[in-house]
Amino acid sequence: MKRSTFLRNSLAVLTPTVISGNPIHVLNNHSMVEPDVLANVNNDRVLVIIQLNGGNDGLNTVLPINQYGAYYNARTNIAIPEKKILGLNGFDATGLHPSMTAMQKLFNNGQLDIIQAVGYPQPNFSHFRATDIWMSGSDSTQYLNTGWVGRFLDNNYPGFPDNYPNEVDTDPLAIQIGSITSLTCQGPIVNMGMSISDPSAFYNLFDASEQAVPNTNAGYELSFIRRISKQTNKYATRIKAASDAVKQQVTYPNTSLANQLKIVSRLIKGGLKTKIYLVNYGGFDTHAAQAVTTDTSTGTHANLLGAVSEAIGAFQNDIKNQEIEDRVIGMTYSEFGRRIKSNASGGTDHGAAAPLFLFGKNVRGGVFGENPTIPNNATVGDNVPYQHDFRTIYNSILKNWFCVKDVDNQEIMLKQFPTLNLINASACAVEMKNPVFEKNAMIVAYPNPFSNLSRIEFKTEGGHTLVQLLDTSGTVIKLLVDATYSYAGMNSVTLIASDLKPGVYYIRIQNGIHQYVKTIIKI
Amino acid sequence: MPLSPQSSSKGLETYQGPWTKQTTTHLLNRVLFGAKQAEIQEFLAKGLNASVTALLNPTDPIPSPPLNEYNTATVIDPAVAPGTTWVNQPTNDGTINGLRRNSYKKWLTGVMIHQDISIREKMTLFWGNHFGTEADTISFANYVYQHHDTLRKNALGNYKTMIKAVTIDPGMLRYLNGYLNSATAPDENYGRELQELYTVGKDNTVQYSESDVKAAARVLTGWRINASFNSYFDATRHDTGSKQFSSYYNNKVITGKSGAAGAGETDELIDMLFAKEDMAKYICRRIYRWFVFYYIDETVEKNIITPLATIFKNNNFEIKPVLTALFNSAHFYDPLYIGCQIKSPIDHVIGTLRKTNVIFPNAITDYADAYTHFNNMVGQLTNFGQNLVDPPNVAGWPAYYQSPEYGELWINADTLPKRNKFTDLMIETGYTRNGKRVIIDLISFSKSISSSPSNPNQLIQDLFDLLISTEVDQTIKDNLKRQILLSGQTSDYYWTEAWNSYQSNQSTANFNLVNTRLKALVKYIMNLPDYQLS
Repeated sequence: MKRSTFLRNSLAVLTPTVISGNPIHVLNNHSMVEPDVLANVNNDRVLVIIQLNGGNDGLNTVLPINQYGAYYNARTNIAIPEKKILGLNGFDATGLHPSMTAMQKLFNNGQLDIIQAVGYPQPNFSHFRATDIWMSGSDSTQYLNTGWVGRFLDNNYPGFPDNYPNEVDTDPLAIQIGSITSLTCQGPIVNMGMSISDPSAFYNLFDASEQAVPNTNAGYELSFIRRISKQTNKYATRIKAASDAVKQQVTYPNTSLANQLKIVSRLIKGGLKTKIYLVNYGGFDTHAAQAVTTDTSTGTHANLLGAVSEAIGAFQNDIKNQEIEDRVIGMTYSEFGRRIKSNASGGTDHGAAAPLFLFGKNVRGGVFGENPTIPNNATVGDNVPYQHDFRTIYNSILKNWFCVKDVDNQEIMLKQFPTLNLINASACAVEMKNPVFEKNAMIVAYPNPFSNLSRIEFKTEGGHTLVQLLDTSGTVIKLLVDATYSYAGMNSVTLIASDLKPGVYYIRIQNGIHQYVKTIIKI
Repeated sequence: MPLSPQSSSKGLETYQGPWTKQTTTHLLNRVLFGAKQAEIQEFLAKGLNASVTALLNPTDPIPSPPLNEYNTATVIDPAVAPGTTWVNQPTNDGTINGLRRNSYKKWLTGVMIHQDISIREKMTLFWGNHFGTEADTISFANYVYQHHDTLRKNALGNYKTMIKAVTIDPGMLRYLNGYLNSATAPDENYGRELQELYTVGKDNTVQYSESDVKAAARVLTGWRINASFNSYFDATRHDTGSKQFSSYYNNKVITGKSGAAGAGETDELIDMLFAKEDMAKYICRRIYRWFVFYYIDETVEKNIITPLATIFKNNNFEIKPVLTALFNSAHFYDPLYIGCQIKSPIDHVIGTLRKTNVIFPNAITDYADAYTHFNNMVGQLTNFGQNLVDPPNVAGWPAYYQSPEYGELWINADTLPKRNKFTDLMIETGYTRNGKRVIIDLISFSKSISSSPSNPNQLIQDLFDLLISTEVDQTIKDNLKRQILLSGQTSDYYWTEAWNSYQSNQSTANFNLVNTRLKALVKYIMNLPDYQLS
């Protein structure tokens, strides 16, 4: 979708097919009305991305109440007492960390999506590599020099930064709050984002004249600095005006995250057309002493989660008061989760998949997917296997929030990913329908436990279907099915496991909105 | 306009071109925190070979340690008298440790501003970034001092010796939880970073496995810190089982040892890591990115990185031979690389202060005022994204590893205006405490750097030569002369007369006449995007 080709402000509103009463949000969709003429990123939608640096311990954030015994055994020194876990309306099996009362409230108001076990096939346990993977939206063995937001913006605002700002696009496309520049916004040629820490104070920069630069590396860097200089000057007035226009905000807690979100709310309300805001909050690398021994619901990790929850709660209140809540959703992510079993330092080491939150008035609300399976006797290497590929979240946001067409989405995401119904159907006027199959019918393995062979039967709604075998470290070790079916129905594949050591494995299926994990045991 | 960074095909052969003011400045800018005029003159006279030798062989003593300058009305360090050093008086008091960590940052800023004329401080900073420890996490200030002291003392020595020292250094044991790592409860933190960040690296060709991380963690079990703040080996916490490594390490088995011999496994582990070619290459790439440019393609890999790694290995991991080869090479002086580094905040702040000869109160005899002034600079560095000895995480500052932007990450819409504001501030008002002002004294600066400050053409040329590494169009310099130094007039005489009048009669009126023009001129030069490059 190039901007010249789409219609502006033509978002016709279809009446969404409302699905109610079913608390399992693995519902519906995929085959939907292709919102061709409706597709238009030039809407007024905003996405706020909250990065939790360090690798958040997902299992102490979203708790598997239905497996409390196994959970407790795996991490006795940091386990949250069962009675302190915050319950979620309609989802008895799952709860939140006791410090997350504000987010519990959002959930119970239908303004929070909890997406279970988000990760990717070959988890990387290095902070830096894993962060790059999340920011770029790459496979774990693929090294990309662009970010997923950068590619999205590049797709919609071709030729940036030349001819920007202009009459229509008056504002930065993305804003990172703080002094850092993120790979997330890196486009094919330039970074599409702008970093600011204090929108009320700008300094007039040297007006870089258009002299030629030498054909050396210094010339290359000089043109980069001149570009930043120019961009800063161009946008400064707009940003300052937007910031100054907002006189009243709700009280935010005094944390760095809350302060960042406060600026974001102000800039949105103040009239910036910026589509993406990035904020971040660090300290999640809790290798040691993440909870107070005498009360494990308190301590370092509790403080971090409390700060996240309170900041998001305040932000949501603020944007409601400012009457901009219809236009804004937010997403949290961290480069990885942590190990199922805690270590003896009272912390947790680098792990694999973890839950992710989407929040806002226009998210669907609910728990998506199932609690990860906690082994009864977790060992040091055990990880949460991924149910949802993180790129399906990005893909779903682009498609169902920014109304990006499938063909463009594939270009941005670099391959085809399924869409989850995380966002209200009306946002991009998509039609939703009930799923053809329920989870339990999707995948059957027999015998299970098995010795050398197991027959894996799976149902597909048609379309692309992936069946993978994962080990307990959360890594995909065999690809059993990677095919596109023109029909819905039952299929099967034989798992030949003579080369596997006895133990626990996982079968994962991904088809349309379905992303499930089933435990199998080799004896 | 070039659309991508370029590489030179020149290799490690000795540079044969002329030794000029530009090549001298290039070398000094990279090896020191910005070259002063007097230093450029001195090393220009030495020639290439003698310059490199002198810079790599520091003769000054290690800087004297930080002092107690932090007592407040309510908090008094009971163990350390004001004006004496705290580094030998470890404490468990969190408040005092916090004050001391700040004291360390102020002190380090002073050390860099008043650095010895050698590569030692820049290499110390290099290793500090390489190991990436955060003072805030280490918490105990004496460990912070000790850790960086170890880096400073080994900065130009043997890398294997340094790794061994760092591995069991109490600061590192705390930072990456090594002191909690035991047979019954292995903690992988150090075992992972030792491989990923300190030795073999994590490029896509490096194929060590998660099981190698776990095996390394088991080897490293048993290191502890005792009540007198020293590290020691506790054999009862050591995992005495054998540790199997993957095919990447040739299926090496480190046989478990009990008793004091268990400590020897750590040496065996380090030997195993150092046997990998990937290790030497990884370190050489880091050195290259730090001192030359971030862009490494196949040509640079083949002509520079691989031969440097061979030198590193053949010299039993001595650091100096690698640096000697690099700084003598034709590659280093290729015009492609002159002025191509975006200044780190440290290069920007310390470099500005050094080049303009800003004078600070004496750090020992007048420590209270000196440390307060250093603290202002610590604040500036933090604002620009470089909080001294507190990088964002264990990988150090992203500018040295984050592809594809690397050094460009220092500059954005937030930091660029702040950097300009800083140079403006140092020119306009500076900082004052107890009547002691720290400011760029433009008149004495001009006198010290220009062969003829009364000649506006010469003065401008000399300022550009010292402050700007890129070629700037003569028309810009001519405009600056006319609009600023000559206030729109055409005859050079107006500036010459103003300058000479002030020399003969230092009245306020004469001072203002010269100083306001110099202020506008130097502010302009330092606000040029070119000033962000070195």
